[in-house]
Amino acid sequence: MGTIGEAVRRRRGGLRAGAAGRILDFALIAIIAIFLILLGTKVVAQGGSFFLQILTFAVANGGIYALIALGYTMVYGIIELINFAHGDVFAFGAFLSASLLPIFGLREGGTFTAGSVIALLAVFGLTMLSCGILNISIERIAYRPLRHAPRLAPLITAVGVSFFLEGVLFLWKGPSNVHYANIIPNAGFEIFGATIGAKDLLVIGVSIVLVIGLALFVDRTRLGKAMRATAQDRDAALLMGIDIDRTIAATFFIGAILAGAGGTMYGLYYNTSVFDLGFSAGLVAFTAAVFGGIGNIYGAAIGGLVIGMIQSFWDGYFDSAWTQVVIFTILILVLIFRPTGLLGMRVPEK
Amino acid sequence: MLRQFWEGGPRRDPNTIAYVVLLVAAIFFPILVNVITGGNSSAIMTIAADAGVYVLLAIGLNVVVGFAGLLDLGYAAFFAIGAYTYAFLASDHMRVTPLGEPIHISFWIVLLIAMFVAASFGVILGAPTLRLRGDYLAIVTLGFGEIVPRVFRNASSWTSGVNGISALDIPSLPLWLQGPWSGDAFAFVTDFKVISSLAYYVIMVILVIICVILVRNLHRSRLGRAWMAVREDEVAAAAMGVNTVAVKLLAFSIGAAFSGFAGTYYAGKLSLVSPENFGFSVSITILVMVVLGGMGNIPGVITGALLIYYVIFVLLQQLPEYAVNFVSSIGLSGLVRSSGDYPGIAEFISRLKFLVFGLILVIVMLVRPQGLLPSRQREQELHKGVHDEPVIEDVTAETT
Amino acid sequence: MTVEVIPPILRVDHVTKRFGGLVAVDDVTFDVKKGEIFALIGPNGAGKTTLFNGITGIFPPTTGRVIFQDREITGAKPHQVATLGIARTFQNIRLFEYMSALDNVRLGQHCRMHAKLWDSLFKTPVERAEERRVSDRAIELLQFVGIERYTHTYARNLPYGSQRRLEIARALATNPALLLLDEPAAGFTPQEKVELMGLVHKIVDNGVTVFLIEHDMKVVMGVSRRIVVLDHGEKIAEGTPEQVRNDQRVIEAYLGKQH
Ligand SMILES: Nc1ncnc2c1ncn2[C@@H]1O[C@H](COP(=O)(O)OP(=O)(O)OP(=O)(O)O)[C@@H](O)[C@H]1O
Ligand SMILES: [Mg+2]
Repeated sequence: MGTIGEAVRRRRGGLRAGAAGRILDFALIAIIAIFLILLGTKVVAQGGSFFLQILTFAVANGGIYALIALGYTMVYGIIELINFAHGDVFAFGAFLSASLLPIFGLREGGTFTAGSVIALLAVFGLTMLSCGILNISIERIAYRPLRHAPRLAPLITAVGVSFFLEGVLFLWKGPSNVHYANIIPNAGFEIFGATIGAKDLLVIGVSIVLVIGLALFVDRTRLGKAMRATAQDRDAALLMGIDIDRTIAATFFIGAILAGAGGTMYGLYYNTSVFDLGFSAGLVAFTAAVFGGIGNIYGAAIGGLVIGMIQSFWDGYFDSAWTQVVIFTILILVLIFRPTGLLGMRVPEK
Repeated sequence: MLRQFWEGGPRRDPNTIAYVVLLVAAIFFPILVNVITGGNSSAIMTIAADAGVYVLLAIGLNVVVGFAGLLDLGYAAFFAIGAYTYAFLASDHMRVTPLGEPIHISFWIVLLIAMFVAASFGVILGAPTLRLRGDYLAIVTLGFGEIVPRVFRNASSWTSGVNGISALDIPSLPLWLQGPWSGDAFAFVTDFKVISSLAYYVIMVILVIICVILVRNLHRSRLGRAWMAVREDEVAAAAMGVNTVAVKLLAFSIGAAFSGFAGTYYAGKLSLVSPENFGFSVSITILVMVVLGGMGNIPGVITGALLIYYVIFVLLQQLPEYAVNFVSSIGLSGLVRSSGDYPGIAEFISRLKFLVFGLILVIVMLVRPQGLLPSRQREQELHKGVHDEPVIEDVTAETT
Repeated sequence: MTVEVIPPILRVDHVTKRFGGLVAVDDVTFDVKKGEIFALIGPNGAGKTTLFNGITGIFPPTTGRVIFQDREITGAKPHQVATLGIARTFQNIRLFEYMSALDNVRLGQHCRMHAKLWDSLFKTPVERAEERRVSDRAIELLQFVGIERYTHTYARNLPYGSQRRLEIARALATNPALLLLDEPAAGFTPQEKVELMGLVHKIVDNGVTVFLIEHDMKVVMGVSRRIVVLDHGEKIAEGTPEQVRNDQRVIEAYLGKQH
């Protein structure tokens, strides 16, 4: 039945894509152009090495957001739920890995050896696994019983779970910022006056590997195909013999592993975390998912990158108090002018 | 003759009893408090009048969420707009802004202006979004809810930023009856400055009653039916001639108007606005009040609002103190002091706040998704699933 | 021929509807005349419902025009189409399940009501009078389709046959000139079908033109004088029941499979 509604909306979208739509598109392009020109003049004024420094930072920042955004988009794609607790799973990853580091002998100021690499891998693995299990449990307890209830019901439990997780982190480490051990060596190399550090390379590298890994997984494996089928048409997938519950659980698991990796990298990169980190980071990452076209994993990756970059550039060149305002304004404008998101390949209609 | 048939029996408002109970409670509450506190009721009455703000907000959000089935996650933004409208239009503050001239407009007029301003923002936001699928409104309002307080915080030349705006005009009533309740002799006074918490309480109760009557009228009108229909099946509603976008937009902006209205009252009573009071947690709190009380049912959301208000602003605030007294009384006073990572019982309990609130949300949704006092429709919907979706029981049979 | 004199109330003019690569309705043209019972038949997936959706604005046609009472309504929104005077029912009943039968029918009158927001807020006398009128009319309609005993029952709790009747009552409440019925007798026993066709005749007698989709050839032959046959989106025949029955392509496409 939704398909009928879809057509109604598509048609209206089509109407707007007429003359008025073109004006709106033009306005949007104009806004972007003005922003870029403004940015350009600042960039020129402040020199290339500063720009490069910010760019490095921006890409790393975007990589982390991309990892979080993927979880939002995958869950939304499959059960059309805005998983509010996802950001907190990410924050949980940051907190957990912080506690795991010393257990594996990774301490601030220690020497970073080959053994440290393995230890770090172990920390990553354990954190990702724990986040995965956490997210599966959340789905099982808080969302699955409400799968056929009206939309609002699971959304509210998602908000509840988010509060709950924040409460747990609050109890764990209290209300203020928590230092995260700075274990990655400060080594790096310099190009054109900008330093690209080991941290930057780690974050960018791991993000790329994980995104490519996810893409391959979704494209190639049986489970990945089941996920796509379920996202497209749950009833048809059921008829084809796909175990819906398992597929949904797997989606939560994979989304959370990426968030766990993101949380660990956030800690390693910024050396700080706070109990409500998941809320603010989650909102931005969610914006990224919508920006890229929610339900579309490539969209989320690109959206994360772009939003992360916008954030860093704005922080670097303009008044950082307005950064969030800029990001959410983009979110609203995108939703109004281009509701299918940047990639807009798949209309998230149901 | 036919009319008697449908107006009788089944069409009776099943909420009549609930309304009567609420009204009686509202009337006797101040008297009771006065007796219990031995005349020092002012602190409690202030809290009660503040709770009324949330009652108003919940009634308004209920129009959006409960009646029209739209999800608004940035409801506090309109609340903020209403509050700042009062701050701009009824204080000396404008003198220190680029405008340079103070504005002083009567509280009662600003109430209407704020409604209008908030509703306009609702239209601006809703008109393009409501054509899209339902979730988009949730996301757009979420974004809006994040933007508005930040703008008020950052645009400091106009808003004094984080310091907020204080010393707002005290609302005054054209006519007021003084009496023993305020320690005076009986007398009519004109241009009465509303300072006493009891006066705020009375005004609040009257405002709530007016709002309930109006919203109830709406609910039982052609518009209310259209909302219900759109919520259930948009395509069928449109095919029956309901302009679904217009009807949804109306619900959304009426909700926004309520929020603006409540914002002005809030600012007037507090005589202070600050950007910190309108964050996402406020939006969520109001939503929780609506859902927990029973979406779509006015007495339900009023009850929900009062209950949640009590839990968050009274119970959870006092819990640390109770805990300290409790552990001391059972001889474990060692727990009171902090040591190492342990922050001491009082702080520990106050840190439980988020956790407990989250847990309440999850458990209520799982155990009683229709809320405490649900509307009949909502109750059925939530029990049986909606539309052509399989009912819950069938699915569990399928998967186990 | 008298048929020629009666003006068409609805003209479907070279209407095509594509879903991606699939052509669900393929260049279909026909007229529905005022006051008649016109039928659209065709095998499963022929594109009948899609055509209804095209007329009512739910899925506007890809190309082609829909003209209602000499007015082009192609691309009009569903609520506009309804307000202009085309009402419909749905093949897979789409009632407002958690509203009473009475409220379903009262909702149908929404687009004929004039109460403004102001009236609703303050329950003005205008509003009260209108509500009374609307309620009386709703009860009349429930009686008209014969389900008045379910007036206060939630639509979802009505028996199946009564739900179909309630959908008709709700559609009639919009005060249409043209009523589109999408398989109104689906799932009925032969006895119920006869009763339903009686209702259809009663509707036409009240001055409403009826355009219906029906699977059961026998039922259609009994009620309509003119029939259009769709197959794979194409119009393959049009004419009186006799003409259609003896049409070679119809027999191949439709009857051939069933008999
Ligand atoms: N929203 C849609 N998207 C894609 N294809 C559709 C859509 N709606 C209908 N179709 C396709 O259009 C074709 C015609 O469908 P339609 O429902 O109009 O057939 P019908 O004649 O009403 O059949 P039935 O007798 O089963 O009701 C079918 O192949 C169907 O799959
Ligand atoms: Mg059909």
